[in-house]
Amino acid sequence: MNAGGNEVLRRTSRGTSKSLVRLGLIAGLVVIAAALDWRAGLLLAIWFGAWGLNTVLSVRPTQVTRFAVPVIFGLTLLVLWQVSVRLYDVNQVILPAPSDIWVEIRTNGPILWADFVQTVVKGALSGYIIGAALAIGTAIAVDRSPFLQRGLLPVGNFIAALPIVGTAPILVMWFGFGWQSKAAVVVVMVFFPILVNTVAGLKASDAMQRDLMRTYAASYWQGLFRLRLPAALPFIFNGLKVCTTLALIGAIVAEFFGSPIVGMGFRIKTSFGALELAMVWAEIAVAAVAGSALYGLVAWIEARMTFWHPSQRGKT
Amino acid sequence: MTALTNPAPRRTLLAHLFASLRGALPVVVVVAALLGLWLAAVAPMNFRLALDAAMRGGEDVTPATPDEQGETGLVRLMIDNPGVIPAAYAFERPRLPRPQDVVVEMYENTIGLARGCEFTGWGAGREHWTGLSEGCLRVVNNRRSLLFHAWQTLAPTLLGFAIGTGLGILLAVGIVHNRTMDLSVMPWAIASQTIPILAIAPMVIVVLNAVGVQGLLPKSLISSYLSFFPVVVGMVKGLRSPRGMELDLMRTYSASGAQVFWKLRLPASLPYLFASLKIGIAAALVGTIVAELPTGARFGLGARLLSGSYYGQTVQIWAALLMAALCAAVLVWLIGAVERRVLDRMGLAR
Repeated sequence: MNAGGNEVLRRTSRGTSKSLVRLGLIAGLVVIAAALDWRAGLLLAIWFGAWGLNTVLSVRPTQVTRFAVPVIFGLTLLVLWQVSVRLYDVNQVILPAPSDIWVEIRTNGPILWADFVQTVVKGALSGYIIGAALAIGTAIAVDRSPFLQRGLLPVGNFIAALPIVGTAPILVMWFGFGWQSKAAVVVVMVFFPILVNTVAGLKASDAMQRDLMRTYAASYWQGLFRLRLPAALPFIFNGLKVCTTLALIGAIVAEFFGSPIVGMGFRIKTSFGALELAMVWAEIAVAAVAGSALYGLVAWIEARMTFWHPSQRGKT
Repeated sequence: MTALTNPAPRRTLLAHLFASLRGALPVVVVVAALLGLWLAAVAPMNFRLALDAAMRGGEDVTPATPDEQGETGLVRLMIDNPGVIPAAYAFERPRLPRPQDVVVEMYENTIGLARGCEFTGWGAGREHWTGLSEGCLRVVNNRRSLLFHAWQTLAPTLLGFAIGTGLGILLAVGIVHNRTMDLSVMPWAIASQTIPILAIAPMVIVVLNAVGVQGLLPKSLISSYLSFFPVVVGMVKGLRSPRGMELDLMRTYSASGAQVFWKLRLPASLPYLFASLKIGIAAALVGTIVAELPTGARFGLGARLLSGSYYGQTVQIWAALLMAALCAAVLVWLIGAVERRVLDRMGLAR
């Protein structure tokens, strides 16, 4: 933080001549581009305009600018996408404009909602909860045997790095085309990351703290619920947060291998076959919102449950 | 030279071997337990199929009609018809193959493909560069070869990984040195991790094909995207890891910005970089495999998975899966080996 502050001071004290030169260079670039192709000039002007605004805003970061700068950046990308698609008249089949996607979302609300319920609520969420419960239960069961722990940790770490999503065709074959097979894929995908994190977390309490529990003559279960599980929560939530995205990916990809005629993966596949790219993008937008919301939800629960942890105390 | 200056390398090697064996024992036990679980699950998984086949073959089974069998629980069926259990293990197209079936399938589709393989000696011609006869090359050339398909998947993975890592490092350097970039891009880099972009990988491939981008690049693009963000996030963390004290020392040396970067920030970031590289390469491989799934890709492990699922060839699916797992393991291990070597030489080894 200190070093950053000095950097800003140095930069502002260096005088304005250097930034003037830079401004001139950018203006020249925009003019040259505009002379060659006015559309490219316009796009560059939008980009550098927004970037300049962000540069000015981020000289002295405050609460407001910390929020505003990334929003401006994201909006700039959206505007550039919209304007370039319109100006260059890009084919709908290759890339629809954001406004087309928005229209698609507005008009196909019920379909998108049905797909969302099928894939996210029935497939991803149920699998996520079952998988997490199984993993945490297994971790607690394994916890009493250091031998099993030493064996399970490397194996679990190894399996967590494997392309587990490849088991989707097998699980679809076993559990049918319904949401059950998608939930099964999600269970397999989230199991090992959460298991590994929980096993590591259960070891996180200090020897001193465990000794204190012993002086209280606490039973194994009292020690587990009063000390070791709470101490493991930051680790468990780490695994849970990583797995939110995995769960959505698993549920959507599993639908590529067979599904009823509803679901986000099914819709992406069939809309794509019919070259309705706006619908594909609408599903992607829903998936992105669902993924962020799921992550946000888990992060919110984490903040409520691990308020005592140093990583949470800095926040308000 | 080193052997002369170090008189007892042999004992340390033995001790090291012994220690690693003892460390490996729990892992071996866990793996064996998992394999045992798999083997035990084969019978119940295939039992109904086997029972059906036995009934058609004219054998006496206890609930005589298929309807009654459907109503009877699996455990009851297995207790009443113990004679069918061996058939469940030897089933032709099982729902769950035995582990050894998968290993045999892997062997047949790799080394087993060689025909009349012998050493011919190196000759002048281009076809003699391996020194092996034509039949040997079937191991890697044949369309059935898993190694051939694995390479079709690995090549775009590696290319994409290289692109994604390169761009990721560049962006991280930009983020650390430019406050505007930090504030604008960093929140999006983190947020993008929560978006299941991998699910649309197949579509990206087809669109790129339509635009005219073909060959390795479309698949590489997916894997580069997936390895890009872990590298950015890890590298930013790493480049910022030098503490104020260390930065102050550089200032007392009156080091320039470039010197601070090359001599302090970059070396300090390497442990973080390697940790992200391991995540990145695994993600890149998954990306390529998923990208191959429903796009009608003919080659690659993903294509093997899909065709296996279309034709009910479970053994083929399992073999492709195992091959993918092997690839992932080798890639992660390779990066781990480079990491150990580099961090050892830098004195940063943990």
